[in-house]
Amino acid sequence: MRPLEGYLIIDFGQFLSGPSASLRLADLGARVIKIERPEGGDICRSLYTSNVVMNGDSSVFHAINRNKESFAADLKNPQDRDTIRTLLLKADIVMHNFRPGVMERLGFDYNSVKAIKPDVIYGEISGYGSEGEYKDRPGQDLLLQSLTGLTWLTGNADSGPVAMGLSIVDMLAGAHLAEGILACLYRKAVSGEGGLVQVSMLESAYDFQFETITTFMNDGGENPQRSLTNNANAYLGAPYGIYQTADGYLALAMGSIPVLGKLLGCDALASYADAAVAFEKRDEVKSILGQHLRTDSTQKWLSILEPADIWCADVLNWNQLFEHEGFKVLNMTQKVSMSDGYTYQTTRCPIRIDGELLTSGKGSPKLGQDNQTILTEFSL
Amino acid sequence: MSRPLEGLLVLEFCQFLAGPSAGLKLADMGARVIKIERPLKGEAGRQLAIKNMFVEGDSLLFHTINRNKESYAADLKNQDDLNAVKELIAKADVITHNFRPGVMEKIGLDYASVKALNSRIIYATVTGYGNAGPWATKPGQDLLVQSLSGLAYLSGTADQGPVPFGLSVSDIMCGNHLTQGILAALIKRARTKQSVLVEVSLLESTLDMQFEVLTTYLNDGKKLPQRSYVKGAGHAYLSAPYGIYETADGYLALAMGDLNKIAAAIGCDISSLFTGGNSSFDRRDDILEAFSETFKEKHTKDWLEILVPLDIWCADVLDYKRAVEHPAFGQLGISQSVQVSDSLEIRTTRSPIRIDNRKLLSSKPAPKVGAHNSTLNQEFNIQNETT
Repeated sequence: MRPLEGYLIIDFGQFLSGPSASLRLADLGARVIKIERPEGGDICRSLYTSNVVMNGDSSVFHAINRNKESFAADLKNPQDRDTIRTLLLKADIVMHNFRPGVMERLGFDYNSVKAIKPDVIYGEISGYGSEGEYKDRPGQDLLLQSLTGLTWLTGNADSGPVAMGLSIVDMLAGAHLAEGILACLYRKAVSGEGGLVQVSMLESAYDFQFETITTFMNDGGENPQRSLTNNANAYLGAPYGIYQTADGYLALAMGSIPVLGKLLGCDALASYADAAVAFEKRDEVKSILGQHLRTDSTQKWLSILEPADIWCADVLNWNQLFEHEGFKVLNMTQKVSMSDGYTYQTTRCPIRIDGELLTSGKGSPKLGQDNQTILTEFSL
Repeated sequence: MSRPLEGLLVLEFCQFLAGPSAGLKLADMGARVIKIERPLKGEAGRQLAIKNMFVEGDSLLFHTINRNKESYAADLKNQDDLNAVKELIAKADVITHNFRPGVMEKIGLDYASVKALNSRIIYATVTGYGNAGPWATKPGQDLLVQSLSGLAYLSGTADQGPVPFGLSVSDIMCGNHLTQGILAALIKRARTKQSVLVEVSLLESTLDMQFEVLTTYLNDGKKLPQRSYVKGAGHAYLSAPYGIYETADGYLALAMGDLNKIAAAIGCDISSLFTGGNSSFDRRDDILEAFSETFKEKHTKDWLEILVPLDIWCADVLDYKRAVEHPAFGQLGISQSVQVSDSLEIRTTRSPIRIDNRKLLSSKPAPKVGAHNSTLNQEFNIQNETT
């Protein structure tokens, strides 16, 4: 039995943040029904987020919305709203990621839903909370990365601001929403009461940076300084970083510089003995290390460093990763099928419960494909 | 209403970031979290500092990750201590650990043994790369996992080689997945009354983080990501204009949007580059370059005054000094104070989750090693001479 078997989720969300949370809950066993507008559905289906189209929808939509059903409804139409309201009576969880005020206008905000379903668990994601002067601004990942200082952590000192190349704030907000909903579901299982869970991308972006922003708030307010080369963390000393070798790259985490120098046959590193020096003079150390590591292959360096228990790794692209036994043994990919027989490959849920991989063969839904079934099943 | 996890007891054997960040999330949502630490030195994270910053003998990092927890010092190689820990386990709802495969078996606290002590335990583990295969014994460290997972080829520009994310993103994502797994297991247990095993790994979490782009890769003939050659480009898989642009006095972030509308608003002629259809993808670098030239002409503030009223998705690019001065930082109440001692407070963040219209604040500091041994011994009626 999956942990959330028997729970029904009605998800009004679009794009990534909200729908990534409902995907997780679906893989944990819940039944998720996406409410989509009849024309076009979730905007994520369109070309906006990927130029790879699979069976009529973007590859990104297929990744985020597998293992879900789709119910098409025009929320501006009173009749459709009535249908949805009746459907909500059966829901354990209702969630959305509209801008503040939208659900209030539609009559599906927390208080309205709670009035008809007192023990509902209601989850919402906003960009900047439902209070304050920024609440109506677009909650978009790159903008949140830019407004929260995150872009000054990746890349080198002379790179200017560098975005993390994934919609990381969306995913974290989705993860936090899933956590809040799960915590409330636990409480409901114990006490019967429902609850309201609210997450914003701004708060999630700062939670992501809790180590570095706490440092900033306690070090007299110094901006992070990335190293000149090979930066992997603005707050860590040498050797922390990725280095070019004669035939590829090598990642090096923490380690004593003189010990590294000795193992690698690089005498110039012998004098950087204590950790404070490895931080203060990290540009110098990284430059020496960088030049030295270019003189031989990644495999050569790994064969010296790994037996000495130095924390290091090869740097792989996906082609190399997918060929590696360390990846294959995880069984991280799965094949899913859509209702029309179209199949595609994607990843699976990263959590294992009782030794079981939480795989699911169910692909993403065609827009409105489940309307008839749902209307009949719930006598709507 | 109460915090949702009130009444739950979590024993945290985890060290460093991934596991303890999950413990912190659970604590803020109402669980009581007790760190099980070796006597005197405690968990290794106490000595792992950034910028050499320590507060009352422990690193500021440790304080950040372990606030709102208690500490029980126990030497798991000492029989009396181990027995005491076993008594705690008998009363606990959840235990978490991130030892390398085999360590808990040796101590006698592997899942099967713990289940025998407590048939309703949630037993949750974090590894680097899972329990099998050639990487199972490799150190589960954030940068190494980023490097092996392909993640380093998604940021920066095409001529840069691999560029890692500048935070411990694998640890943090994995901590979130651990939290989710534990909570789901608690819901399962509420029905079955049986113990549940939860397993996550840094590598699986880092692959999950790439689920959108990996799905694209898996269905597009395994084409590797093509980062842009233009400095500031924001995403290997998104079309122009997605990226960060230098202006006359700073930077401007510009997300996806109607290219013709944006080009008209900023006065940049891209009619020969953007011809509809897929050209925002195919001519991405050319369009980014054209926009880069135009954005240098005005100050960030002037661009925002033009673009924001048109609902074009853009933002200033702030460093920490400016970010904490941004109105939203204060209005949302991002930070809180933790009372380390009578005379010492540190500012840190709070839980990003609000429950029942409440922020989950807590001023309780990280514990000293073994700070709660006597309280816990008394409360749970544990006879232990050595601790």
